[in-house]
Amino acid sequence: MLSRKANKDSHGQDSSYFEGWQEYEKNPYHPIQNPLGIIQMGLAENQLSFDLLEYWLRRNSNTMALLKKDAVSAFRELALFQDYHGLPAFKDALVKFMTRMRGNKTKYSSDKLVLTAGATAANEILMFCLADPGHAFIVPTPYYPGFDRDLKWRTGVEIVPMHCSSSNGFRITREALEEAYELGQELNLKIKGVLVTNPSNPLGTTMTKTELIHLLDFAIDKNIHIVSDEIYSATVFDSSSSPTTTSFISIMEAVKERNNNNIRERVHMVYSLSKDLGVPGFRVGMIYSNNEIVVAAATKMSSFALVSSQTQFLLSNLLSDAKFTEKYMEENQRRLKRRREMLVRGLRNAGIGCLRSNAGLFCWVDMRHLLKSDSFEAEKELWKRILCEVGLNISAGSSCHCSQPGWFRICFANISEDTLQLAMQRMKAFTNSIVFSSANNHTIYNM
Amino acid sequence: MRLLSTKATCNSHGQDSSYFLGWQEYEKNPYDEILNPKGIIQMGLAENQLSFDLLESWLAKNPDVSGFKRDGKSIFRELALFQDYHGLSSFKKVMVDFMAEIRGNKVTFDPDHMVLTAGSTSANETLMFCLAEQGDAFLLPTPYYPGFDRDLKWRTGVEIVPIHCSSANNFKITEAALQQAYHEAEKLNLNVKGILVTNPSNPLGTTLSLEELNLLVDFVNGHKNMHLISDEIYSGTVFNSPGFVSVMEVLNNRFSDRDQAIWDRVHVVYSLSKDLGLPGFRVGCIYSENDTVVAAATKMSSFGLVSSQTQYLLSVMLADKKFTRNYLVENQKRLKRRQKMLVSGLMRTGIKCLESNAGLFCWVDMRHLLKSNTFEAEMELWMRIVYDVKLNISPGSSCHCSEPGWFRVCFANMSEETLKLAMKRLKSFVVELSSSSDTDNGENKAHSKRNSLTKWVFRLSSRDHRHRDQEER
Repeated sequence: MLSRKANKDSHGQDSSYFEGWQEYEKNPYHPIQNPLGIIQMGLAENQLSFDLLEYWLRRNSNTMALLKKDAVSAFRELALFQDYHGLPAFKDALVKFMTRMRGNKTKYSSDKLVLTAGATAANEILMFCLADPGHAFIVPTPYYPGFDRDLKWRTGVEIVPMHCSSSNGFRITREALEEAYELGQELNLKIKGVLVTNPSNPLGTTMTKTELIHLLDFAIDKNIHIVSDEIYSATVFDSSSSPTTTSFISIMEAVKERNNNNIRERVHMVYSLSKDLGVPGFRVGMIYSNNEIVVAAATKMSSFALVSSQTQFLLSNLLSDAKFTEKYMEENQRRLKRRREMLVRGLRNAGIGCLRSNAGLFCWVDMRHLLKSDSFEAEKELWKRILCEVGLNISAGSSCHCSQPGWFRICFANISEDTLQLAMQRMKAFTNSIVFSSANNHTIYNM
Repeated sequence: MRLLSTKATCNSHGQDSSYFLGWQEYEKNPYDEILNPKGIIQMGLAENQLSFDLLESWLAKNPDVSGFKRDGKSIFRELALFQDYHGLSSFKKVMVDFMAEIRGNKVTFDPDHMVLTAGSTSANETLMFCLAEQGDAFLLPTPYYPGFDRDLKWRTGVEIVPIHCSSANNFKITEAALQQAYHEAEKLNLNVKGILVTNPSNPLGTTLSLEELNLLVDFVNGHKNMHLISDEIYSGTVFNSPGFVSVMEVLNNRFSDRDQAIWDRVHVVYSLSKDLGLPGFRVGCIYSENDTVVAAATKMSSFGLVSSQTQYLLSVMLADKKFTRNYLVENQKRLKRRQKMLVSGLMRTGIKCLESNAGLFCWVDMRHLLKSNTFEAEMELWMRIVYDVKLNISPGSSCHCSEPGWFRVCFANMSEETLKLAMKRLKSFVVELSSSSDTDNGENKAHSKRNSLTKWVFRLSSRDHRHRDQEER
């Protein structure tokens, strides 16, 4: 009676990623009301800098009341504004913001930008534009579990995983790309492109120049597309002092250095304000592409996922405040860095190591030494124990399609400092108990 | 291997149709009372601009809401993080109340059966994804909203088979027409998954009669696995008798046992774009008693969620029952007045309309102004009205009307003065039309105009041909 899409589980929401979320919903931690509850460390949200946004809002209350700079109401205009080309002032503010934020190395322009209700919509729209049902995209593992739904469900596009390994820090290699391409051929799937997340979710690392070169070489050679999901680009917090001179290299910057017009038409970027500004509820995402036809088609498709004009107005004003956004980015990155260090230290204290990261709202944590065996069953078992006994909802690597058991993604920016410290205490108690109860002589402290 | 997808490079987004082309012409030369008094007046946009003052005054009295404050406290953080696809429960609660109020409280809705989407554009597409496979078909009565060609078909691969309605009986849906459409689909080897109606109708501006509703429900009930979607986005714009009857009311009255299969196969789409005049805020919804549909559509709404900022604002506004009651009544009064103005203005020009009791437009009969009873003649007339009279109205062919000569003319998206001016222009045009058909000069003028138009018309109709081929595949 209903479509296959409505009945099947190909929305991917039966994975442990969502299961853990559900358990958390049933028994959520609260410092006073439920101190023994589950602490949510599976949600990649940025809750560290709301005070800065609230400060701006208090000083710009006119914007919230939908009043323009001359105190004239924009209400009527906004209420009627459903042009899928987006509010020009907002797109202008966005491209200026992106240009600034990425160190002024690439100039972004409004006419290559398509606004969508979140990066979720942006990614799906790109699939609809670049691939037909039965075609495939290569995605390096581990990857964001939501991609199984976002890229495949309604589009009929397949994902061919490109397996990355801990042996080289999960970096993308030319060999792995070729292997994935061959796998696609074996499965009789036409590979239309590669989709990467840079900075990576769940790894928390930025792609190196070498990786970008491999990626571009590969895409040129095979005549396919590259989609670079850069939603974490402003969460890069490495050791350089300025937020605009980080080690993040956008795909748009990398492709500029190739004097090859063909590849430029096949490189597309996705961005969103959900992670950087911490406003996922406002549904602000976008596609950026040099390919006119893609921009034209995606713009029409955005009809199915337009950004509320009320929200476009608010954020165009906020982002236009260059002084504020610069300060915000600086402070936000500082806080992220500090918070990450807290997590890394806490885990180390519990005898657990992480992949060295320089971005994102999470760490990619190595718990292989805590597994009963080198298997995904053992990983699931460990995950369940951590969820139910330790009371921490973290994401199992298998839900991110990691090819090696024992890795977990742990978020650090969606809880308070105190809660993070409590989580680390619980973790330490847990690993201590394993030491005492384990008959194994494995070295526990593996950093 | 082609670089982009078929969807990106085909034209089944339907945007080559005259509906969108007229819009483009308007954009190039838009009327402005002061800056461009000879420009094109937009009468092809079904927007409700009549009652903003009511909304603005409410906002002025409730400044805290836009300021992300609840009871004086900032809830910015909470809203900024809220991306739960189940939607803000306080918002869904007031939405169901608002919908019930529009239906005279003869139907009540359960917020748990509502799925919020970024506009009804998203709602309709999502329902297609949930109810049909690529290559399945939905039956739609003609004339219908041109956007459906994109919304229902483009990315879903679903086909539309028209149910031809005729002016002979005021475009009412008949059993014969329904059967014919169903057989047409069978001939084309298409599996009919359901019927989609717009009630009140766009572009007709009429509410479906009880007879039609019963016919539809019976038809769907009589076919296994067939669905009925009722797009009720204009339900709050009903300003005259016979009044609005929702398909849900019919179900309530005829099928008291909720376990009956029909309950699982009827779905309602709604939006605040027409009633409240807020298309920019992207607030639509699906309502269904079918739990599986609600569950699947809820997950799919991830691809088109409503901004939490907007959900919150409207949750407070619609909770103000005194306001909503007053708004609905006043808005309908204004729509009624405005419609009368258009109808009488057209009447004075010798142009009749289909008698309507809802919507933001009239379905206008200009058959007597056609050179011949053909769609080419309709296109020719339409182009003259756009380029010479400078009114952007929607030709019936863009709405898939099976009879040439009908046009949709909107009345709620401009000021009273502009509407009066539009009527004046139309009157001069019709007068000129009737006099120029007599003189030699007039004939030459008309002849040369026809030549320049023929190329254009040829281009348009050949595009439509390709379009039809795609459908038949």
